[in-house]
Amino acid sequence: MIKQQLSVFVENRQGRLGKVLSVLNDNDVNIMSMSLADTTEYGLFRLIVDKPELGKEKLTESGFSCIVSEVLVIKLPHEPGSLQKILQKITDEKIDVEYLYGLDTDGAQASVVVKTSDPQRAAKALS
Amino acid sequence: MIWSKEETLSRQEMEALQLERLQETVRRVYEKVPYYRNKMDEAGVKPDDVKTLADLQKLPFTTKQDMRDSYPFGLFAVEKEKLVRIHASSGTTGKPTVVGYTEEDLHTWTDCVSRIACMGGASEKDVAQICFGYGMFTGALGLHYGLEHIGATIIPSSTGNSQKQIMYMQDFGTTLLVATPSYALRLAEVAQEMGVDPAKDLSVKIALVGSELLTDAMREEMHAVWGQDIKITSNYGMSELMGPGVSGECLEHCGMHINEDYFIPEIIDSVTGEVLPAGERGELVITCIKKEGLPLIRYRTKDITRLFYEPCACGRTTCRMENLTGRSDDMLKIRGVNVFPSQIEEVILSVKELGPHYEIVVTREGYSDMLTVRVELNKSTDSFAELQRIEKTTAGKLKGMLGLDAKVQLESPSSLQRFEGKAKRVKDLRKQQ
Ligand SMILES: [Zn+2]
Repeated sequence: MIKQQLSVFVENRQGRLGKVLSVLNDNDVNIMSMSLADTTEYGLFRLIVDKPELGKEKLTESGFSCIVSEVLVIKLPHEPGSLQKILQKITDEKIDVEYLYGLDTDGAQASVVVKTSDPQRAAKALS
Repeated sequence: MIWSKEETLSRQEMEALQLERLQETVRRVYEKVPYYRNKMDEAGVKPDDVKTLADLQKLPFTTKQDMRDSYPFGLFAVEKEKLVRIHASSGTTGKPTVVGYTEEDLHTWTDCVSRIACMGGASEKDVAQICFGYGMFTGALGLHYGLEHIGATIIPSSTGNSQKQIMYMQDFGTTLLVATPSYALRLAEVAQEMGVDPAKDLSVKIALVGSELLTDAMREEMHAVWGQDIKITSNYGMSELMGPGVSGECLEHCGMHINEDYFIPEIIDSVTGEVLPAGERGELVITCIKKEGLPLIRYRTKDITRLFYEPCACGRTTCRMENLTGRSDDMLKIRGVNVFPSQIEEVILSVKELGPHYEIVVTREGYSDMLTVRVELNKSTDSFAELQRIEKTTAGKLKGMLGLDAKVQLESPSSLQRFEGKAKRVKDLRKQQ
């Protein structure tokens, strides 16, 4: 399933991450999952939220650099090798996997967020 | 059109003329200006020691401080009765600097400005609107007389009341605009607010801009609003030397031609005072060799430029000074390299993923200076590779411009401080460490 992901550029400075969260909270944007990857100077805060466009608008107003992009959310059974199988299908189509992170691991199935170079084609390869 | 025959003299003819005028000037200031006589005596140099143009280097510099110390008329070389005009520059601190002109000086000034007007493409057919503030400032009256002298029709509209300015342009058919670059941009904005397209609905085809740095970005912006076909040239001068008319850009856009028969330029290392060879960048020093009222010797302009002596494609042979990049006051010395904030600005404006605001931070780590440039991201991305590419491109361009490794620090779009007046973009923390 294709979902909209909100990515925010954050300097590694005290209070910046908290500021992102408070802007989202103030505007009633609910966070389903997130990942923070960083270098020594800055990071990219990636979020799956219920209202990505509203989140983007409000964060931009608050002076953040952010972008909404398409990612795949894939459900997989809790069994060894299931993630690998999925990724194989994507790479077989010569689609690059840029990064991935977990969305939900409760229940019988797990979900992962996968960023690829071509989300539409990747979704088709998995269907 | 080339206005004066002096603009096309051979180098040999020019130097002969310069030497003759320099010797006469030095003799005169030594006789008539005690302040100069004392300085020359202290330096152990007599007027007769100036035998060649290179001997100019033996003479002491004149600075703005000298002008303040001799306020108001201490550096003048004529009796006050011989003056027909006085101008003054607004001193932001303390006393203003006062300049005076004899009748002959006004003729010289007019001739100089007529030349730079012609360099910028002006002719007797032009209707010239002077949007510089009239008054003690030399800019407006200098351009006024110079343009009138070539036969152009003058509209002395001064600054302010921008809507009326646009009305004059429409009703009087203004073809030539004299303004600072920022006021020229402001006027275009006002025209647009009035529903007037400056490029289509007005007839302005020439802009002579001055008294403010014209950056490439501003020039481009001016073309965008005033039309691609408008001829924009910058001109240079300062009241201490005469006012506008010291040098001006021709339509070849390869620097500003100096009126060398009136002004001898030198480039010095602003720290050591040593004269640098042609083509090297440093502080511009000017000696006035045909002025009666206030003939300044080796005046330190604090402006940073380079000189080129190759004849120009426009037909003029006078020396050209590169369009200004900064003032020596703003210069930073980082790991022994002279760095001007304007050079860094040029790089930042050329990277489209960055906004125009920046901050330069200089620190010392161990025994080495560190240059960090903080810039704002103008582009949103989800990719580290993209962010690293922006950093790398910017650092590469900075290295090319400055010859120094700089750290580029990306920031969110509105995190750097905004300035309404003069921007303070440099944080030199080396002294505090
Ligand atoms: Zn030329």
